[in-house]
Amino acid sequence: MTSYLVRRVAGALVILIIISAITFYLFYAVPRDPARAFCGKICQPETLALIRHNLGMDEPLFVQYWHWLVGIFAGREFVQFGSCPAPCLGYSFATQEPVFSAIVDRFPVTLSLTLGASVVILAFGILTGMIAAWKVGQPLDKIASSSSVIGASLQIYFVGPLLAFYLVDTMQLIPRPSYVPITENPLDWFTHLMLPWVVLSIIFTANYTRMTRSQMVEQLAEDYVRTARAKGMSSRTVFFRFAWRGAMIPIITIFGVDLATLLGGAIITEQTFSLHGIGELAVRAVQNTDLPMLLGVTIVGAAAIVLLNIVVDVLYAFIDPRVRLS
Amino acid sequence: MTTVSWSGEPGTSRGPGPFLSVRDLSVEFSTEDGIVHAVDGLSFDLEKGTTLGIVGESGSGKSVTNLAILGLHDPAHTKIGGEIWLEDQELISADRGTMEKLRGNRVAMIFQDPLTALSPFHTIGRQIGEVYRKHKGASKKEARDRAVEMLRRVGIPQPETRVDHYPHEFSGGMRQRAMIAMALVCDPDLLIADEPTTALDVTVQAQILDLLKELQQQFGTAIILITHDLGVVAGTADNVLVMYAGRAAERGTVREVLREPRHPYTWGLLSSMPRLNSSVDVPLKPVRGTPPSLLNPPSGCPFHPRCDYPKLAGPELCFNQRPSISPETGHGDACYLTLEQKRELRTAKIEDRA
Repeated sequence: MTSYLVRRVAGALVILIIISAITFYLFYAVPRDPARAFCGKICQPETLALIRHNLGMDEPLFVQYWHWLVGIFAGREFVQFGSCPAPCLGYSFATQEPVFSAIVDRFPVTLSLTLGASVVILAFGILTGMIAAWKVGQPLDKIASSSSVIGASLQIYFVGPLLAFYLVDTMQLIPRPSYVPITENPLDWFTHLMLPWVVLSIIFTANYTRMTRSQMVEQLAEDYVRTARAKGMSSRTVFFRFAWRGAMIPIITIFGVDLATLLGGAIITEQTFSLHGIGELAVRAVQNTDLPMLLGVTIVGAAAIVLLNIVVDVLYAFIDPRVRLS
Repeated sequence: MTTVSWSGEPGTSRGPGPFLSVRDLSVEFSTEDGIVHAVDGLSFDLEKGTTLGIVGESGSGKSVTNLAILGLHDPAHTKIGGEIWLEDQELISADRGTMEKLRGNRVAMIFQDPLTALSPFHTIGRQIGEVYRKHKGASKKEARDRAVEMLRRVGIPQPETRVDHYPHEFSGGMRQRAMIAMALVCDPDLLIADEPTTALDVTVQAQILDLLKELQQQFGTAIILITHDLGVVAGTADNVLVMYAGRAAERGTVREVLREPRHPYTWGLLSSMPRLNSSVDVPLKPVRGTPPSLLNPPSGCPFHPRCDYPKLAGPELCFNQRPSISPETGHGDACYLTLEQKRELRTAKIEDRA
């Protein structure tokens, strides 16, 4: 188990390095010059050269990338910003703030948004999917199935402002979404994030309803489930202990991917509710041609995916004894 | 137990009737294409301590019949008619709770493919033990001890360690043994084995069949053995029921049916079987044609499209009228040919192969 984890984490690091290298080179493949943006309207060639030098952009690409990579593990020195201790992801071209601390500042927002929404999504998705599978073909199934399709076809930027208008402005039931650190005031943290959670779950729950339903229906038709019934197990036992066990695996797989995607930045949700999370950081980095910031958020998103993949694989082994971690 | 009144069919007094009695069973599935008549007017009896072999092609209704005995059909899409009596309990009209108490306890089933029929997520010991816990109210410890005992009884070496293994850690034959252990854990009165050896190789087949026989002698279990292999029937069963298109084609003791088969379909089954003493150059004769569609079963005798002799019984008889099995008891078959004709044809058809 330990050696498995060590190997998987090492593999994950390699993947992250490759992803960062690709991002780095792609950035320069786009004909936009961040140095020119700094330079202003009347740009003297000498000024441009100086800016380039200060940003480290006058060196060959692989040297620049090497400096960036070494900085993560050993820290690095900048001409204009001074020393940047490890893990150093450089300084933002646009705001001159250290990328690492910008991400650390924003991450709790994204994390709160994602985890809170996940709880709601999983709870409702699995519950409604179970109900639909239990009552397959009956009215309750049809209601659950069709409402999930409606939910899936809605868009955050439509439902978000709509619900905000009614629940926040008109009825004043909940406060306007913002981020209050949970350490500061757990209740405010909760109430201020309620709306984004609800909106995210309206969109995502549908997937889990559908998947839980179809997986349960499939599992209930399996031979071993029939055996369980032939042994005299009650319908409830068959449903929850036998069929559910098999249905869990694909659900966990998709959940791992969804969670990672959200952790890498729920861009639209954050924009819709003006939450200052990783997603917002990513949007700004692209707008500003801000290479260090862009690399930073890319790495966070990629790391979320790779790490959650490992978590999902380990969970497989717990659910299904046929899966060996090797 | 309360006395259940008999359904008042004229002339059916059960008295101390057979242990299991299936009367005029019909099973229909509603599908998108129409109604499938999977079993149509099937009757048979089974006594304690004996084995009934049910033989027939795929789709002849063997498994459907036995799933009906256990009440395992999905009631939303299935219509079941007739009666199934297990001693003084009617099973078709029994409620869910009654059936749940019965399954795995008095009536147990062994399925064809032990790999898919065992839960991959639970240990063998747990899967055996939970039946015992459910029906006998045993504690976890007792259930585990019982599981070890059952594994030992079906001949699994080192049952104390094997009990904690998962099905994928067992070989095919071992899995089927574990399946049998699971079926027998509550000492059932009736054991339904649905092609228990089909997924196994031949040497293991023989071991499993011997095991079933041995356990039957010990506990007096009644066994229904579903198979398409007449060889298995010959070695294991006391009585045989040959099924065709959801109906009984022939019924009798193993000796009667295999030695003096009367129904042309039974002849076909027998002559499609390889024999050790026949020349390898003589090709096997399969039953020509394909099993009939149960959506639109043929008129008259369901076998007539594949039968070589429908004209012999009269000009229109086989095409228009459905034969029922006769005589009522003993060696019977559902065919309009006279006994004399059958004897002659059989001699010509089967015995010239030898």
